[in-house]
Amino acid sequence: MTDAASASIDTSEGSTHRVNYLAAIREAQVEELRRDDSVIMMGEDLVASLFGTASGFLDEFGPKRIRDTPISEAGFAGAAIGAAMTGLRPIVDFSVSTFLYSAMDQIVSQAAKIRYMSGGQASIPLVFRAGEFFGSGDAAHHSDRPHSMFMTVPGLKIIAPTTPYDIKGLLKTAIRDDDPVLCFEAKTLWNEREHIPDDEYLIPFGQGDVKREGTDVTIVAIGAAVPHAVAAAATLSEQGISAEVVDPRSLVPFDWDMVFTSVAKTSRLVVADPAPLTCSTASEVVATVTEAMFGDLAAAPVRVTTPDIQIPFSPTMEAGLYPDAAKIAAAAERVMKG
Amino acid sequence: MMSTTDATFVGDLGPEFLREIQRRMLLIRRFDERATDLHAQGHVPAVIHTSTNQEAAVVGATMALREDDYMTGNHRSHGHPIGKGSDVRGLMAELLGRSTGICRGKGGSMHLADFSVGSLGESGIVGSGVPVAVGAALSASVRGTDQVALAFFGDGAANAGPVHEAMNLASVWKLPAIFYCENNGFAITVPIATSTSVVDISDRAAGYSMPGVTVDGQDVLAVYEVTAAAVARARRGEGPSLIEAKTYRTREHAEGLFLDYRDQEEIDAWAKRDPIKLFDSWLVSSDTMTAKELVSLRAEVEAELDEAVSFALDSEMPAPEEAFEDLYTNPLPASRFGGVR
Repeated sequence: MTDAASASIDTSEGSTHRVNYLAAIREAQVEELRRDDSVIMMGEDLVASLFGTASGFLDEFGPKRIRDTPISEAGFAGAAIGAAMTGLRPIVDFSVSTFLYSAMDQIVSQAAKIRYMSGGQASIPLVFRAGEFFGSGDAAHHSDRPHSMFMTVPGLKIIAPTTPYDIKGLLKTAIRDDDPVLCFEAKTLWNEREHIPDDEYLIPFGQGDVKREGTDVTIVAIGAAVPHAVAAAATLSEQGISAEVVDPRSLVPFDWDMVFTSVAKTSRLVVADPAPLTCSTASEVVATVTEAMFGDLAAAPVRVTTPDIQIPFSPTMEAGLYPDAAKIAAAAERVMKG
Repeated sequence: MMSTTDATFVGDLGPEFLREIQRRMLLIRRFDERATDLHAQGHVPAVIHTSTNQEAAVVGATMALREDDYMTGNHRSHGHPIGKGSDVRGLMAELLGRSTGICRGKGGSMHLADFSVGSLGESGIVGSGVPVAVGAALSASVRGTDQVALAFFGDGAANAGPVHEAMNLASVWKLPAIFYCENNGFAITVPIATSTSVVDISDRAAGYSMPGVTVDGQDVLAVYEVTAAAVARARRGEGPSLIEAKTYRTREHAEGLFLDYRDQEEIDAWAKRDPIKLFDSWLVSSDTMTAKELVSLRAEVEAELDEAVSFALDSEMPAPEEAFEDLYTNPLPASRFGGVR
């Protein structure tokens, strides 16, 4: 994705600087750590900051607020939950999204449910950050895209930002939010670069972004699929097809109004999502749009997802599994004919 | 095993404090008995788990805490918040699923929570609340208060991974946490001998470089003494402790169950060491309370529970729409939750 891909940034006023996705994460965290003493961070290899998102934090914020953890995902996820219930705002860096599974009970049975089960007595302001590592030969134990799986757990909020601008604004909102938030960060987006404002900004949850405007077909793209959808739209435009690329940015809550408005304009829908097909975010979008506006659709919607298969190690087997620009463009052509 | 009923330290506690210990034990016993009656009459949905005969193991621990200290517990959940000083009206109404319940009818018997007294919730998933208590201890440590957090768990949970992760974490971070095992000998029907690598759960403390002590869970003052020592250590910033109170539930795992896995002689032997009767005798023999004062204490507890039961029965059931409240701090309209209604 190029610097111009994110249509939402108004940089006409004020100065900007150029960052990549990881640097934007660091900026969001450092600003919130400076702003609010109740923000703390914990995670495996956090102090050494393997990917740079917490580099220098121990020196600036000290060992009480910046903590390396043992490899005890259930233990430290639960500790973050208890700390959140009693006055802190923890950010937990899970590194790889598959590590969330080791803390599944704490995330599902405690973080998502304590507020509800206590009749609203608890607030649980915490962020679980999780990298979706895939596409680089890490094999099945490190390559999942589980954002959709967690959408089936009421009580969690879920964001999947796709640009440096979006991750900074949404992560700051997540840290200030009083509910538990899962933030999914696709590794394939880490090198995305763009100019972002020097001045502070936040992006509210439930507000999607139109990454490219169009009139013939709506492509709703989730997470790592967004740059592929933008590339597909460029290809389609050469064939005279005007595709609109819509990025919901937060999956819970979800900006249905934006999707409905776009589909009302185009009457055609493709959804691209790196999750496995069954019960993917794409499935939910197609089902909801079909229920709500069946009569407006000129063709059956199409999902472009990863198949319901585990991720193999060898690159020749892995390479073709995920949504890419060619698959998304082909799907758009199909719904145009439909 | 520590048993210190005759220890001189009790002289410092004062008669009002000792009376309050017995009042809370009686309140738990009679709350459970009232709840059992209401359950049999069909007023309580689903199951209830009573703490009958385990009251000293609960109250000896909770009385060693301050009101602003934190606590998490488990499915055997009535005793913990009562021991911590929660108002029994809201607890009883919760058991009956009323909208005046402490959790507004969303938790029920297994999941009581009363944040106003530091009760952060009782987990229906065994062992799952223990890391949460460690988090409360972390919070106290980071915020620089001298609060502590106590995690109640059973002998069954002592074999759950998250409990061990939590103990290690509290130890390496030197947190003001107390791991408190009510060892009643059975995980529903499974005896500890067939499930657990140690005879004394407290032996496991050594693996986490923390003090571990086993105490007679029927002796409320012995329990109080060891818990107070662990609390004091935590407040001094010296880190966590593990306490195991050996006790026994004389009723079934849950009301309405009739399972055949225990000898009647064993149940009878433990019933003879009823912690409330033991403490009655101690209060009289130590000239702390007279028999007459104990009678009036019982009447006081009975009156409090009469009021709680009336309050619960007179309270409204929640409206169906209330199911859509309390999920998030900034509520979404019910239409955003999906589903056909």
